Amino acid sequence: MAEHTEHHIVPIKVYIAVFLALMVFTAITVAVASFPLENIWGPLNIIVALTVAVIKATLVILYFMHVRYSSRLTQVIIVAGIFWLLVLLLFTLADYASRSGWPTPLAQ
Amino acid sequence: MATETLEMTAEKRVTYLNVSHTVKSWLLTLDHKRIGLLYLFAISFFFLIGGIYATLIRLELVTPQGDLMTADTYNRVFTMHGVVMIFFFLIPSIPAVLGNFLLPIMLGAKDVAFPRLNLLSWYVFMVGAGLFMLTMINGGIDTGWTFYPPYSSIYSNSQVTLAGVAIFITGFSSILTGLNFMVTIHTMRAPGLTWFRLPLFVWAHYATSLIQILGTPVIAITVLALALERTFQIGIFDPKLGGDPVLFQHLFWFYSHPAVYIMILPSMGVISEIIANMTRKRVFGYHFVAFSSLAIAVFGFLVWGHHMFTSSQSMYAGFIFSIISYAVAIPSAIKTFNWTATIYKGSVSYDTPMIYALAFLGLFTIGGMTGLFLSALGLDVHLHDTYFVVAHFHYVMVGGALSGYLGGMHFWWPKITGKLYPEVWGRISAVIIFLGFNLTFFPQFVMGYLGMPRRYHAYVPEFQILHVLSSAGASILAIGFIMPIIYFAWSIKYGQPAPNNPWTAVGLEWQTTSPPPPENFNYTPVVETEAYEFEHVEEIKNAGAGEVKRRHKESRKKNASRQSKNCQTS
Repeated sequence: MAEHTEHHIVPIKVYIAVFLALMVFTAITVAVASFPLENIWGPLNIIVALTVAVIKATLVILYFMHVRYSSRLTQVIIVAGIFWLLVLLLFTLADYASRSGWPTPLAQ
Repeated sequence: MATETLEMTAEKRVTYLNVSHTVKSWLLTLDHKRIGLLYLFAISFFFLIGGIYATLIRLELVTPQGDLMTADTYNRVFTMHGVVMIFFFLIPSIPAVLGNFLLPIMLGAKDVAFPRLNLLSWYVFMVGAGLFMLTMINGGIDTGWTFYPPYSSIYSNSQVTLAGVAIFITGFSSILTGLNFMVTIHTMRAPGLTWFRLPLFVWAHYATSLIQILGTPVIAITVLALALERTFQIGIFDPKLGGDPVLFQHLFWFYSHPAVYIMILPSMGVISEIIANMTRKRVFGYHFVAFSSLAIAVFGFLVWGHHMFTSSQSMYAGFIFSIISYAVAIPSAIKTFNWTATIYKGSVSYDTPMIYALAFLGLFTIGGMTGLFLSALGLDVHLHDTYFVVAHFHYVMVGGALSGYLGGMHFWWPKITGKLYPEVWGRISAVIIFLGFNLTFFPQFVMGYLGMPRRYHAYVPEFQILHVLSSAGASILAIGFIMPIIYFAWSIKYGQPAPNNPWTAVGLEWQTTSPPPPENFNYTPVVETEAYEFEHVEEIKNAGAGEVKRRHKESRKKNASRQSKNCQTS
């Protein structure tokens, strides 16, 4: 494992590029918030906003937090943490999604 | 200098206790053993506070009328009892005290992986604890330990925000401990100590650390969101502001159900050690017991919805949560059956730790089985928020987690202090605790089933006889808890000096001196056998400490030559 953990020097250009990308995505978020995408399709606003947020978070984790250059073990730990977040979201949303959409056998 | 070293015989040995005596050397110590003792003082204090609140509750409930305190005061008292006992006693109890003290020694390491982080975790705990004391002085909180909104975020006039901040901060101490343990177990095992040679105490703490790291951030962010909603009226949980109270319950129980396993898993680790050493047998089904800890940690995260069967949670989600809740009983049962199988045909000695271990077996089984009643969708509607639930979780937390903690304290007390506690008093108090506990909480199953709701200070007179029994049991229980405090304190000054291995137990912690030197071992131990290998223990016992050291040296040489051979061939 030790051979992966030596300090990796990231060229400053990469940081600037990531920063600019984050700014562009922020602009998209702001623009989308004031543009009624729900006229096209109901949940589209939320989908766009969340997609942008996920991309931005991924960029920060990979580059600013150096995970891209970290050891495989560190990456596994981070993926495990995100997986656990998904467990939280999945089970919680499973409750909300199944509250009214399905026929309730007792409701008669 | 050389003569000085020679003169340091058993009488004037340097131990972690006498290496320095200043207050500063304790408050700035990086020694995991001293940090364990710092935690011991802190949580013992909070156990006392929580106990006082419990006494007030049981006093009030002797009569059906609310004659000792008002409904509002009673709300505050049971909330403070719950919060103190859970966040400031049970969660740190075994990991932060016994875990801190024993884990590095069991691994043959000099300390945990991050000693400074370890000290920081105690300070973070103390800051959280201090803030919570402030809450207490300002009148406490009245929401119940579950903090359900919208009551907690809008209506309650008590110190919810302050308490939330205190719990937020304390959570970080728990995360730091978990992180430290995990890295220590991964990286600091002694030569030859492979994963399946680890004592089950270590496996249990690994599983606990997993929960602490993955779960605690969620409770932290949840109470923070609650505090934000309360302070700035941001709509997260309150429907009036556009939030959803059931969302709080999801987030809260995502941590707080696994938190039950933070309390019980380390206790299970202690019980494995006690039962193996007191029956002089290898734990039956070692691998199954080890993996069942991990299974409990993982499945424990997928059952939280069983706290919400009577809320507006969808019945389909309810089905899933109910089925997985049943599944989590399997690893718990694996442990219980394997411990029982270990005792079978063992050479059992009924010393105090073993009495606690046997108490654990019985009480945890009752606590766990009644948990299955509650995870049944239909039956839970009848039992939800009754004293049946109160009895159930006290059987798990007091009968299970606390029995394990007390059993462990007795088992390792000679190692920690270098003094023997009076065994007869130990046995008497263990039996008193067992009897008092059952008298306190068994009647609560009955009254809960009959319909006595929890969290009420007044009740219909039909329940009085059961409440009086319960309060009588609580006073017996209190005597049982006070006794160990007295004889432990007594033993520090007047107790017989403890030999290095008073139980003729196996495990690295028994191969070092009592109390251990500051660096745990004067040599690097090498492990060549599986955990709980009792065949050679008599031989080693007769041989004495010098022989143990010689053996370690020998096997270290063997290991080194084997490694250099490997290097040459590869």
